[in-house]
Amino acid sequence: MTDRAATPTHAPSRFRAFLSEFGESPVSVVAASVLGLIILLALCAPLITPQDPYDLAKLVLIDARRPPGHMGSSGFTYWLGTDAQGRDLYSAILYGLRISLQVGLIAGVIAFSLGASLGTLAGFVGGRTESLIMRFIDLQLSFPAILLALVLAAVLGQGKWQLIAALVTAQYAYFARTAHGAASAERSKDYVEAALSIPLSSARVAFRHVLPNCMAPLIVVATVQVANSIALEATLSFLGLGLPVTEPSLGMLIANGFQYMLSGRYWISIYPGVALIVLIVAINLVGDQIRDQLNPRLQR
Amino acid sequence: MLAFIIQRLLQAAVVMLVISVMVFVGVYAVGNPIDVMISPDVTQQIREETIRAYGFDKPLWHQYATFLTKLATGDFGRSFVYNMPVLQLILSRLPATLEITLAAVMGAALLGVPLGMYAGYAPNSIAAKTIMAISVLGFSVPTFWIGLILIFTFAVNLGLLPAGGRGETVMVMGIEWSFLTPNGLKHMLLPSINLALFKLALLIRLARAGTREVMLTDTVRFARATGQSEWTILRHHVLRLIAIPLVTVFGLEFGSTLAFAVVTETIFSWPGVGKLIIDSISTLDRPVMVAYLMLVALLFIAINFTVDVAYAALDPRLRTRKAT
Repeated sequence: MTDRAATPTHAPSRFRAFLSEFGESPVSVVAASVLGLIILLALCAPLITPQDPYDLAKLVLIDARRPPGHMGSSGFTYWLGTDAQGRDLYSAILYGLRISLQVGLIAGVIAFSLGASLGTLAGFVGGRTESLIMRFIDLQLSFPAILLALVLAAVLGQGKWQLIAALVTAQYAYFARTAHGAASAERSKDYVEAALSIPLSSARVAFRHVLPNCMAPLIVVATVQVANSIALEATLSFLGLGLPVTEPSLGMLIANGFQYMLSGRYWISIYPGVALIVLIVAINLVGDQIRDQLNPRLQR
Repeated sequence: MLAFIIQRLLQAAVVMLVISVMVFVGVYAVGNPIDVMISPDVTQQIREETIRAYGFDKPLWHQYATFLTKLATGDFGRSFVYNMPVLQLILSRLPATLEITLAAVMGAALLGVPLGMYAGYAPNSIAAKTIMAISVLGFSVPTFWIGLILIFTFAVNLGLLPAGGRGETVMVMGIEWSFLTPNGLKHMLLPSINLALFKLALLIRLARAGTREVMLTDTVRFARATGQSEWTILRHHVLRLIAIPLVTVFGLEFGSTLAFAVVTETIFSWPGVGKLIIDSISTLDRPVMVAYLMLVALLFIAINFTVDVAYAALDPRLRTRKAT
């Protein structure tokens, strides 16, 4: 009874210590709050926007390319202006954030699972399997991720899942390398040998014992990679290789506004861009703080 | 050492072959180029003749075999869209890309190393913090967005610089160059800055980390003891010590600049190879896509090979390590 009570209090206290250390950095707290606010806005988008930007029937073409603050014909004000199809940009940005976050997170989670499993497997099994997997991953890492994603997006065609597949392929290797490094360091430790001699199956030891101990570096890579996949998605959409035009993500909104920018209609590109930058910078700042806290070399 | 080099060369050749299969199959899975090449209202007969002329009726492995045999003679095929040999097409676009890439890399090195060294020398100064904030921005903000802002600020609002194109060019040795005319230089400025920012952020970080480490070593302490000025120490001792890792990473990064050039060239309508590949993806110009990807793969394999050999030359232990 006593040691059952001890375990649950241990975990939250470590988490609380993590949180209180996080709270000591004002920049990170602001970044985390901004990130939270963005996620909240994206989640509640249908409730707090005056228009559904994906419903083509609701778009009013007379209201196309109106400057910010224009009183629209449908009875509400376009606070951030409208794009070439008459989309209210405020609504489009919140819906675009939804897509960007969704694609970034899903791609991140899949790349995380795939890469972490491959890397742990390679680091744990060793031998020929290890060198085969790691040789392939090194080869892929020497290739720029953006080029890989570009080609895959072109080959697979347009669509959300095709895009996610391209992002995952471009990014899983970073997780695999990190997991491999951590797992091969863990393999030689005593607890692994102890677990194997009970005997537990290697798969169980690899994924239930070794993998959890490799989590800290993987979480750090994950925050960076989610920000990266959001930026990559935006870049691909900007180049016209991302999501279908009917459901514009932030990158596509920016791309669509690009041609109007030269004639001074800045708002179509600038506002979605600002939303994108704030999102990415916020994730990166939070990620930097997590990295500093989880890095054992910087531990005080 | 020779055995090591031969082994690595063979490996590189196998990798190249695997990549060629992947690229070929991947690219040939995209759409139907016939629909792009001929108008939909031609007769069925012309349509079939065209299909036969390009060999599209043959099975995929047959097309691949034809491609490989032609490749052995240095023939990458003809572009569907430009109707000229692909290799010639890519080579004609390469100088434009090299021009902005070199300008970007040189600019980033000349600015990034001193800034990073200063940030590492006086890490708590306000200037150092500003430099680091800029480098965080350079890392986070996507290249295409920076390009957009540059165009919006300098081309649209201030009207100082052109928004796209190469401007006036001069023919030297049969190749057009922009950097030799004032107008061409003006056109080069924004794309080069755009391309340079990411490298700049990277170099600042590397130089800062290196300088911080070196400043704590005995080298610097002894140099100070001999009464040399801080400036001399930084320039003669610190710079030399951080130079080797900087050059290595930078050499590796040079290849990836090519990848970022795709984005920059699209924004600034800069007629280099990056713009060519994006155009060929949208027009389904298969031979150009395949050739470009193969050449990029070759470039990266060559870079990796050089790095491997250079490391093996420096560290004999690596030569005997079994490389599978």
